Amino acid sequence: MKIVIIKYNAGNIQSVKFALNRLGIEPIVSDNVNDILSADKVIFPGVGEASSAMNYLKEKQLDQVIKQLKQPVLGICLGMQLLCKHSEEGDTNCIGIFDAEIKKFNFGKDSELKVPQIGWNKIFNLKSDLFKGIKEKDYMYFVHGYYANLCNDTIAVTDYGINYSSALNKNNFFGVQFHPEKSAEAGEILLANFIKM
Amino acid sequence: MLTKRIIPCLDIKDGRTVKGVNFENIRDAGDPVELAIRYCKEGADELVFLDITATNEKRKTLSELVSRIAQNINIPFTVGGGISSVEDVSVLLNSGADKVSVNTSAFKNPQLIADMAAQFGSQCVVLAIDTKFEDGDWYVYLNGGKVKTETKALDWAKEGVRLGAGEILLTSMNNDGTKAGFANDITKLISENVSVPVIASGGAGTMEHFKDAFMKGKADAALAASVFHFGEININHLKQVLRNSNIEIRL
Repeated sequence: MKIVIIKYNAGNIQSVKFALNRLGIEPIVSDNVNDILSADKVIFPGVGEASSAMNYLKEKQLDQVIKQLKQPVLGICLGMQLLCKHSEEGDTNCIGIFDAEIKKFNFGKDSELKVPQIGWNKIFNLKSDLFKGIKEKDYMYFVHGYYANLCNDTIAVTDYGINYSSALNKNNFFGVQFHPEKSAEAGEILLANFIKM
Repeated sequence: MLTKRIIPCLDIKDGRTVKGVNFENIRDAGDPVELAIRYCKEGADELVFLDITATNEKRKTLSELVSRIAQNINIPFTVGGGISSVEDVSVLLNSGADKVSVNTSAFKNPQLIADMAAQFGSQCVVLAIDTKFEDGDWYVYLNGGKVKTETKALDWAKEGVRLGAGEILLTSMNNDGTKAGFANDITKLISENVSVPVIASGGAGTMEHFKDAFMKGKADAALAASVFHFGEININHLKQVLRNSNIEIRL
């Protein structure tokens, strides 16, 4: 099976690669269009800032390539956000697969909630085979200051001051706000489920 | 609800885990990768590796160790110790570290924090502050606690966050190695005055101390070394006890 991790300027690529290695898979890390188009599964990771990541993707025309993909695609963290319509971060128009807007957590000065959210939080209202073997309210590891609102494509919800989409799905596209590659056993189950899609 | 995090810290010297008492008297505590795997299995939420002998010649050894750690564990980890440039940070992140902590070098060159945040994002920038209570206030210490500054810990924490630090790792030198509990007063003061998570460090001796760090110290995470290394506190057991105290904990 050919698993391609899209290489671009906002990667935590090494962690994702090692996580797949632990599942016995040797992924290809590439920004080559033919590699990506011919993959069985595509992983679109990302940590960083939305507008600079989106500019880079556009420069390499990877935004158009990603849009056309027919095989299962998994966006992780910023990767998921870039698959949404628009992000408040740098007022960025994104790839537009998922019907969600990316907004900044805004709790006001007196709130005890810190931004970014860093750490383990629960996922619930799970609605996809991506979560097969993962229990309602299992914990995943999150690091983010922006979130996707709830929408028709929501397949998992997390509560951090408000309820938001911690996972999204539309057709062959999946996105998770948390880091499955850093979420201990629950994250490994999710990655294994994606590989089986 | 976001959970409070339990973070074992592994001090690394020449590729081995060591633990000092009050920043001195180094004892050997085993292979870092083996220990890291054990902690993951016990339910650690995150790990911190501090290279206490980091020098330029050692940098390659450290990045190899980081890569070996990243291959073997499935939770996030931070690497720190002697990191003084964006290039150093880049090497460690590319080796598989999730976050990098900076201390003395960031104090001497605060622009480093801004540069790291701009290039890699605030989420991977941990500002480590060693602090000591003296003459009525908490002051920043540098070089592993050897050099005193006139800057107050709270002021430096605020400035670090303004520059782009995504987390504060606060070690009280008065408490470190004493097993008498965390410095909850300064932890609370900083936690309530910065917008990013604060990791309490130094002084863990009992399970009650962790509870106090979260409830009294308002810490987002608590870090400890020797109580975990020498098996005095089992992480899973600790987390059960904390959850029974109505603290949000991942089990």
